Amino acid sequence: MGDKIHQLLESTPEVINVGLELFARAVRQQGGQVHEIEWKPPLVEPDQRALALFNDPTIAAANSEAVTRMMRAQPVVVDVARARDVIPGMTDRTFLHAGPPIDWDHASGPLRGALIGAMLFEGFASTPEEAMRKLESGFIELAPNHEHSAVGPMAGVISPSMPVYITVNANGTNRAYTNFNEGIGKVMRMGAYAPEVIDRLRWISEVLAPLIGQALRRSGGIDLRNIIAQALQMGDECHNRNKAATSLFYREIAPYLVECDAPASDIAAVLRFINSNDHFFVNLAMVAAKVMADAAHGIPGSSLVTTLSRNGTEFGIRVSGLGDHWFTAPANVPRGLFFPGFGPEDANPDIGDSTITETAGFGGFALAGAPAIVQFIGGTPADAVRATLEMYEITVAEHEIFRIPALDFRGTPVGIDLRAVIRTGILPFIDTGIAHREPGIGQVGAGVVRPPARCFTDAYQAFQQQYLAHHALTTDARREE
Amino acid sequence: MIVRVQVVPNSYYDSVALMAVAAIVNRQPGVDVAALLMGTSANLELLRDSGLWDPQLEQVSPNDLIVAIRATDEQTATAAIEQAIQSLRAASPVRESVERATLPRTLRSALRLSPQAQLVAISVPGPYAPIDAEEALRAGRHVFLFSDNVSWHEELRLKRLAQELGLLLMGPDCGTAYIGGIGLGFMNAVRRGPIGIVAAAGTGLQQVASLIDWFGSGISHGIGTGGRDLDERIGGITMLTGIDALAADASTKVILLLSKPPAPKVAQRVLERAAHCGKPVVACFLGHAPESVDGVHVVGNLTEAARVAVHLATARPLDEVNLQGVEQLRARVQAERARLAPGQQFLRGLYSGGTLCDEAMQILAQDIGDIYSNVPLREELRLTNPHQSKAHTFIDLGSDEFTIGRPHPMIDQTIRLERLQREVADPTVAGIVLDVVLGYGAASDPAGELAPAMEKARQQAQQEGRHLSFFVALVGTQSDPQNYERQRRVLETAGAIVTPSNAVAAQLARQLVA
Repeated sequence: MGDKIHQLLESTPEVINVGLELFARAVRQQGGQVHEIEWKPPLVEPDQRALALFNDPTIAAANSEAVTRMMRAQPVVVDVARARDVIPGMTDRTFLHAGPPIDWDHASGPLRGALIGAMLFEGFASTPEEAMRKLESGFIELAPNHEHSAVGPMAGVISPSMPVYITVNANGTNRAYTNFNEGIGKVMRMGAYAPEVIDRLRWISEVLAPLIGQALRRSGGIDLRNIIAQALQMGDECHNRNKAATSLFYREIAPYLVECDAPASDIAAVLRFINSNDHFFVNLAMVAAKVMADAAHGIPGSSLVTTLSRNGTEFGIRVSGLGDHWFTAPANVPRGLFFPGFGPEDANPDIGDSTITETAGFGGFALAGAPAIVQFIGGTPADAVRATLEMYEITVAEHEIFRIPALDFRGTPVGIDLRAVIRTGILPFIDTGIAHREPGIGQVGAGVVRPPARCFTDAYQAFQQQYLAHHALTTDARREE
Repeated sequence: MIVRVQVVPNSYYDSVALMAVAAIVNRQPGVDVAALLMGTSANLELLRDSGLWDPQLEQVSPNDLIVAIRATDEQTATAAIEQAIQSLRAASPVRESVERATLPRTLRSALRLSPQAQLVAISVPGPYAPIDAEEALRAGRHVFLFSDNVSWHEELRLKRLAQELGLLLMGPDCGTAYIGGIGLGFMNAVRRGPIGIVAAAGTGLQQVASLIDWFGSGISHGIGTGGRDLDERIGGITMLTGIDALAADASTKVILLLSKPPAPKVAQRVLERAAHCGKPVVACFLGHAPESVDGVHVVGNLTEAARVAVHLATARPLDEVNLQGVEQLRARVQAERARLAPGQQFLRGLYSGGTLCDEAMQILAQDIGDIYSNVPLREELRLTNPHQSKAHTFIDLGSDEFTIGRPHPMIDQTIRLERLQREVADPTVAGIVLDVVLGYGAASDPAGELAPAMEKARQQAQQEGRHLSFFVALVGTQSDPQNYERQRRVLETAGAIVTPSNAVAAQLARQLVA
């Protein structure tokens, strides 16, 4: 006779009630202890033959492996180089962009604006009209950053001669790349391409990037995970708020910058530029997250989500155990607050690779540590805590390194489990910038958004199919034995 | 439109706080644009581009707060600036902790918050229920699985998993259990005592436990197995586990096994295990020819099961373990029988409990002949249309064909009242047999819902020169939350013959028509 059953009969059991509230009430009426759950039906009715996948220990083990790799990846930014020279698979005519694959015809306003800006920056066109004509004619090959070990905020456009940071995984073999942050307002990543935007990009590639590259080489590399971990305890969530992280990065790099062989005026300009831009670090937070997420990708059988990304038209996700296939659906429009003179009608649908931060267990998932952000939706710090608590319901681990003081230093929710999203109907919580829907205008606000459910339901169907096929295969194998 | 700008020197506010207030001020009538910004160069550029420029902005530093308003008139603009500054400075209200105010959305979270909870009760729709059940088992928790419509494949898989993990899985389709003094699902307020029950029949368990309470004894535990446990495909996994558990349980002196007709092979395995468990065992397999097995007392109905178990547990002589007042009820039936009009010859059973319906048909069939049903004793007695009675008909109104999308008659009498109305209009009907199941989880006043309809039916019948008899098995105990005596009074006042035993109710009904 099992000891556990014996113990059960010896005690007055405490009950967890999943389902009808009537039964919880009945236990309470009898003086019993009962704990309730707010149960909601899953997003899809699972195939009855595949129910076991939700609790399959081999999937749990694969997810545990994946999330451990994600948490233990150690992204260190070591250098700066021209995109064409370092990004795998990049040609002289490749423009990388945020989100899942897209062509010019389907590109939204801000992505089109950024592509036009990149054409002007590369000297492929001398007017926006010429740039558009060439882009329409297929002069440029468009490809997602994510398929080239890269990420970029908002439109996320990286063209061949743009400078990129090189970030390595000091606890693995993968590396990732990202571009430089240009500041806020009228910037290329938001779809602006006015002359001052292109001029700023030139200054970045001629002055800022080479100096930062030199300083990074002198430093021997800066550990980005450490900066993120500290910033999460200083009010940042490192997606939409990067004040603390930018300051920490500034402190680390400043001495090496001062030691650089360059005119003092240039060094001062670089330091001022970093200091004046609260979002300077966001690209580094993203590239760190990309290193983490890629380390977790490709684990057979894992249902861990390793990419969340948007191109301004569609939202796309990828799953560790489902290869490089994108599951896409039309992107939602963020709710939020707008800069003076703009309103919800100006907002473009969700855009950018920056949701890689949520993928890696910070950004919106660490909102409890960044209460100021929640005011974007008229919320309170309590709503910030609620948002993070909700994400624990769909993640497989609590982060070993990223911790939140407001939750008694509990680790952030990390590693989105596709199965948990399906089961609970809870979609990842994202806080994000908002771009104007027309090209050439730029950022108009910031807010919060969730991915479309269809990305997850489609991915689930594929996962379930793979599971059943694998299952059938092993059954056949057994039969043959 | 006019533009008014105010600079508050050395007042840092977070940009999000500023945007939040700006959004509020923006909604004021007459305000076209409200901008609250710190004086950084990027922000100054933004103000210049939005046409909110003011010469005093030449002097600001990044630590200065700028409030810029474009409004219809001076007064609106000034008021808006004032409101903006006030809102920024306003104190925020105290709130309660979120972690405590929010219910967990997943079993995993609930287990994290209440690691001491040993038992998980699941009543979500069947296609999803196995997911939660398996998660609970793998987390080392026992499971009470109320949900039905779980596939055979999943039932067997989960039961084997529970067995492997040394855990108790009650269900699927388990309506009732009683563990350590706590009733789960639908259960009556029974005294604790020496009799342990393993039941593959929910209302059967309620009937037996309630009668044991009536007879002055009590229940140690009531383990539910779900209705299909004794099918050959499942092999009685949970019932065998339950027998072992009660055999090892110090508070259990007598073990009582209940089931609807089991697969013969499975019944044999169960009885063999029972015979060697080391404690007296009473077995009631409804519809199963009572074959004697050494060491097991096989009985034919639920009331007998309760009597024999109490007799064994308390050493009281069997003929002293009886319900009071049955003789008086017999006399009353005799009197009512005399008032039937010619042609009134059939019984109609309107049940909420499947096991009780089955038991009643078993008892009646020998004497009154064929009984049609949606849960017939023999397949040829199945009603082609379960909504239309003929001759003797007994219906389980808790079956899927009645309850899909509607509340179960244990919770709400609507389904039963509709059916009752049609049965009483049939001039061939002499008596109606009903079960009213009390207890936790059941409707709060079932008698109150049924009595007016019964009374009306009787009056109508009387006007038409007929008499209608009602027999109610009022399943419950004196401690049930509905107040047993009050329920009984209400039903009796409406003219019903009320007894706590379903077998007795059936026997009385037989006397009316046989």
